[in-house]
Amino acid sequence: MSVRKTKHEMPEQPPQERIKNFKEVPYGYSKEIAIEEAKRCLQCKNKPCMKGCPVEIDIPGFINFIAQGDFEKAAEVIKAKNNLPAISGRVCPYESQCEGECTLRKIGEPVGIGRLERFIADFEREKGKKPPKKPISTGKKIAVVGSGPAGLTCAGDLARMGHSVTVFEALHDPGGVLMYGIPEFRLPKAIVKSEVEYIKSLGVEINYDVVVGKSITVQELMDEFDAVFIGTGAGLPNWLNIPGENLDGVYSANEFLTRVNMMKAYRFPEYDTPVKIGKIVVTFGAGNVAMDCARTSLRLGAEKSYILYRRTEAEMPARAEEIEHARQEGVVFKLLTAPIRFIGDEKGILKEVEYLKMELGEPDDSGRRRPVPIPGSEEKLAIDTALVAIGQSPNPLIPQTMKDLKIGKHGNIITDEDGQTSVQKIFAGGDIATGAATVILAMGAGKRAARAIDAFLKKKP
Amino acid sequence: MYPIVDKKVLSENVKLLKIKAPLVAKKALPGQFIILRIDEKGERIPLTIADSDPKEGTVTIIFLEVGKTTKQLGILDVGDSLENFAGPLGLPSEVKKYGTVVCVGGGVGIAPLYPIVKALKKEGNFVISILGAKTKDLLLLESEIHASSDEFYIATDDGSKGHKGFVSDVLQQIIDKHQVDMVMAIGPIIMMKVVSNLTKKYHIKTLVSLNPIMVDGTGMCGGCRVSIDGKTKFACVDGPEFDGHKVDYDNLMLRNRRFVHAEGEACKMAGDQ
Repeated sequence: MSVRKTKHEMPEQPPQERIKNFKEVPYGYSKEIAIEEAKRCLQCKNKPCMKGCPVEIDIPGFINFIAQGDFEKAAEVIKAKNNLPAISGRVCPYESQCEGECTLRKIGEPVGIGRLERFIADFEREKGKKPPKKPISTGKKIAVVGSGPAGLTCAGDLARMGHSVTVFEALHDPGGVLMYGIPEFRLPKAIVKSEVEYIKSLGVEINYDVVVGKSITVQELMDEFDAVFIGTGAGLPNWLNIPGENLDGVYSANEFLTRVNMMKAYRFPEYDTPVKIGKIVVTFGAGNVAMDCARTSLRLGAEKSYILYRRTEAEMPARAEEIEHARQEGVVFKLLTAPIRFIGDEKGILKEVEYLKMELGEPDDSGRRRPVPIPGSEEKLAIDTALVAIGQSPNPLIPQTMKDLKIGKHGNIITDEDGQTSVQKIFAGGDIATGAATVILAMGAGKRAARAIDAFLKKKP
Repeated sequence: MYPIVDKKVLSENVKLLKIKAPLVAKKALPGQFIILRIDEKGERIPLTIADSDPKEGTVTIIFLEVGKTTKQLGILDVGDSLENFAGPLGLPSEVKKYGTVVCVGGGVGIAPLYPIVKALKKEGNFVISILGAKTKDLLLLESEIHASSDEFYIATDDGSKGHKGFVSDVLQQIIDKHQVDMVMAIGPIIMMKVVSNLTKKYHIKTLVSLNPIMVDGTGMCGGCRVSIDGKTKFACVDGPEFDGHKVDYDNLMLRNRRFVHAEGEACKMAGDQ
């Protein structure tokens, strides 16, 4: 029997429908399709896909159970390594992780590993998750700072090792970027909350409104706990640093997305937090966050949503799937253009952006060809809102208030492979250590740090 | 949840709430602020701390009812609770011995000035306070600030108490008489601008406390960005206090009007309910 060369399609909301709502775009696999897709897996002995998985899931193992129709067993296999599969099953860039290593790529498309992970996570959630047996308590206490993907993963793993874990979250909701950054239509907030409930069912306690570095210092945490994990993420928005950036109408991607996602401005005035975007919105940048901004704008009623990017599509950092979704929905890409200034009206309200056309020159440090301005190519575009989505830097609050911690030149906390910082009891992982990266890499870092913390505590008398 | 343990109506639309928030109370220093959210559907708003008691575990906030959230806050009473109350945020005031300091407070800005006046006095400064309001009924913490000041003045727009006119008129008279080493001004943006313009002429160090629109208050959203000496700073983590001579007040006024239209809509909706 020959193997089907392409992944089974995942049904999704048609673009013209979905730009009118905030509901999730893909519906997920049905049981029948999931089993068929699982049967495409060759069950390679050397499991190349696992090399691409930062959280070490036994991928052929869980897929094999799906192929047999035993979804509960499949869930157990995933949960043995990953406490947040409904999240990673939605936002993980599988194409460059597990699926990038799949043997089937030699003849066609890889197995839809991400889609299968999501299927199992959803199956389990709908059925009701059961927490694993409580391990024997070690009596050790660990503080986890930040409840984003790194912190939640670290907390969950440590709890399953028998440690007592307390998470400190600055905001009023758990999840960090999963809650404030990634839009509802890509990662429904009810799903994030359900995954967090699971982490809590493992015995993890979460304290909200605690801004570590302000409400409580890292030093105080070190006095009270046996170890501290810092996963405070990359929350500091980068700016274009061009004139007019403080005009009314220019937002950082963070402010825009936080208003819409965490504060639910898309349901204003039912929810109190407003957002205003007008008719023509331009997003600067071409990463996943930029795609989120451009697509969110359409759902808020923008008539035109542009992405302005100074290189070409080949250099865009966003996942191909996100770019495709944005294009289907009508986002217009203006490539090889770089903004030079924002222009406001007499009241200081944004009305135009001026930009230069670019061409690609020699490769730069990142290996991508450097965009070079074409002299005299200035053009203007009338706009109502500008969203700056050109990256985030590590959050400076803890580095500022914890002087012993060694900090890199980008403001990141320096750690070894396992998250050990320059201070013995303190570990760190995720974007605060690496600079802005992906959810799954943060989860992987949380996992390695949990193991390192466990080893550190076992060594201690 | 953060229970309200005391409430005072200071004037028709200025209210004082004492909130039980032990973690914040333990760390709060003059000049810092909190972010609160009343309920699950509420907005996050920043308010500068007016007082705190670490033993009691309470933090006092004083606010003017201007928008949906502050109006809703004003209706709450002892026994009610706030969903969220995070802080203390921002950098504390630079409290040290300057010599002679003039503390200028306007309107509801008098409230956050109070802990700073107390702290500056405690450091051994000669503290001159000037409080300003539209009319005498809108003056806050008059006796409290008077008690912590070496000299004390009032200015009202209508002349119902003290000097008839602006706080800057009184400040001018003080500068003419005294060697002033530092001026601390908290109040409406226009007041801070006028005070800063005046002290700039005399090269007197001037600090102002800015209160732009914020969302998270932890350096994440950049909604509170202000232009200081041409450089972008975040009031939540780099401030809220800045060198008054370097602030772009016009940009701040503009940015604080960003959601005026929506605010009106939210208030209307709330009124309809």
